[in-house]
Amino acid sequence: MEMNVREIWTVVHGMVFGLIFLLGFSGALYAVYSLKAEWLTTEGMTRTVNIIKVYLWGLAISVWAAVFTGAWVVYPWYRATPPDGTTDLSAFPRSLLLVNESTAQWHEFGMEWKEHVAFLAPIAATVVAFVVSYYGTQLARKIGERRAVMIFFIFAFVAMAIAGMFGAFITKAAAVR
Amino acid sequence: MASEMNDKVNGPAAAALLAGGIGSAAMGVITLIYELDDKSGFSKSMTWYKPVGGLSGKSSWAIIIFFVSWAILHFIWKDRNTNFAHISSLAIALLFVGLIGTFPPFWHLLKGS
Repeated sequence: MEMNVREIWTVVHGMVFGLIFLLGFSGALYAVYSLKAEWLTTEGMTRTVNIIKVYLWGLAISVWAAVFTGAWVVYPWYRATPPDGTTDLSAFPRSLLLVNESTAQWHEFGMEWKEHVAFLAPIAATVVAFVVSYYGTQLARKIGERRAVMIFFIFAFVAMAIAGMFGAFITKAAAVR
Repeated sequence: MASEMNDKVNGPAAAALLAGGIGSAAMGVITLIYELDDKSGFSKSMTWYKPVGGLSGKSSWAIIIFFVSWAILHFIWKDRNTNFAHISSLAIALLFVGLIGTFPPFWHLLKGS
């Protein structure tokens, strides 16, 4: 069960930061959706909003951490070029995937999509956290604003889900070691 | 009535949403331009940190554009009400520009490959 430094960072990127956002999304989305004046008392509204603010900023921070650890820590190991004459490509995941036609698409489609689309998630998540924090309890009366926030949040989730899914599949095909 | 009089203006929210759309679209457009010709001067200028390659510049530019546009829009709209419906619709459309621009089959479609 030993993991080396690269494997630990890969786990931190995907299974800690990424997973926090993916798992926390549905609860946060429902909390924003249920912020309706007709469903909550004044006290309930205030308590819910205070919790949602912390929750959303926590998720936004988590997704920023996921993309930064992914792009700036793990990705260099993934895309490192093997020295000339290297025959064992297991330490060079990108090269390992590209050398076979049957696995090349994991990089050319999977990683190429994942590495770019992932950056849309923290942008959208930060916007959501800000708008909810800005309006506070007034968001309960702002149907259009609440709807826009939920769309942004769902978009953030979709972007992260794409990145997470391909991250998991690529790790299975050619793990960073 | 009293609660409506205390209602916050929608300017800051609109600014954040539109900036989010702009940042997303920036990521999509920059990525698309890069992928259409990854040997161009523009593409080479995206390598800010060699181990990360072009992604370092592409993502950094998108994040910078997001925060700078947010700061500018917030400064302009912070004390105003805006046409929130139009701005949020535009912001959401720009999110999808980002999604499409980062989708590899779209690059291949435009490259004809």
